[in-house]
Amino acid sequence: MKFNNTVPIYIQIMNAIIEKIVSKELKKGEQLQSVREFAVELKVNVNTVRNAYGELETKGIIFKKRGIGTFVTEDMDIIEKLKEDLSLSVVNEFIKKMEALGYTKDEILKRIEAI
Amino acid sequence: MITKIENLNKKFYNKQVLSNINLEIEKGKIYGLLGPNGSGKTTMMRIVANLIKNTTGNVEVNELKLGKQTKNIVAFMPTSNFFPKWMKVKNAVDYYNDFYDDFDREKCIEILEKVDIEMGLKIKSLSTGMTEKFKIALTMSRNAQLILLDEPFNGIDIIAKEDIKKIIVENATEENATIISSHLIDDIEPILDEVIMIKKGEIVLNDNVEKLREEKEMSIIDIYKEVFLNV
Repeated sequence: MKFNNTVPIYIQIMNAIIEKIVSKELKKGEQLQSVREFAVELKVNVNTVRNAYGELETKGIIFKKRGIGTFVTEDMDIIEKLKEDLSLSVVNEFIKKMEALGYTKDEILKRIEAI
Repeated sequence: MITKIENLNKKFYNKQVLSNINLEIEKGKIYGLLGPNGSGKTTMMRIVANLIKNTTGNVEVNELKLGKQTKNIVAFMPTSNFFPKWMKVKNAVDYYNDFYDDFDREKCIEILEKVDIEMGLKIKSLSTGMTEKFKIALTMSRNAQLILLDEPFNGIDIIAKEDIKKIIVENATEENATIISSHLIDDIEPILDEVIMIKKGEIVLNDNVEKLREEKEMSIIDIYKEVFLNV
């Protein structure tokens, strides 16, 4: 994983995990690597990965089973919501870029339909 | 807290090398001690490792004044290659095992295996990158409470750098603190908790790296450039 060092790394790790869940690379209920394993694999600070897991846990996206490990939520509503949020942010970014090029909303729609 | 430094000053003859350093080092964290060559990084590490004396000020490790006892809980890795020419990897591991009570031989062998350094090799024959990996393996195999790594990335190729980062992340635990000095900021940014920037013997910045990224929307290397280029 390549990091952008101008953004907190824990946020980038969170987003990477969310993307994996939405794309079903990580399935609902699947166990995640331990914090330390993941940190060593990414070659980032252990506390940074711990922060990312902590935030995801607070949001209910992953959960801990004491003494066993960390797992992806089994709540499909949460996963659907994540997918929706993610697609929305991709679309918003796209629209922003098109508007910067001078396209109006109608023109953007036409442009998409032409593909 | 594992180390407390209060009003530390160091003079070499008339030259002030460290001025009024105040610092607290906590367990479970990795610190980057960053600054250009000659800013006082090595001097500070050597004082904490009790290899040279400070001029004034107070340094405590684990609530103990610097001395023989603190030396036993501080592991310092110098930049120099400190092994005699005849030594093989195995000899150096045995030497560390005899010399340091807190040395974990099994752990050292495990790390060396992971990075493909064979016990029968002559240390002299190791490449620069391999030598550095070897030095880090030895230093981090001590169950020391404070680990000081002086410029572990100097003159190292990118592949060896990745291995070194891995060894550091793997062996920095809740029970120790690691301080890494470097002027190669890009390389160590992702593995740090805290950053300490030192300029002409004075601390000019001491903060959490993720907090800095969040607040300034800048990478540590850009903050570093801002600190050291704008005189």
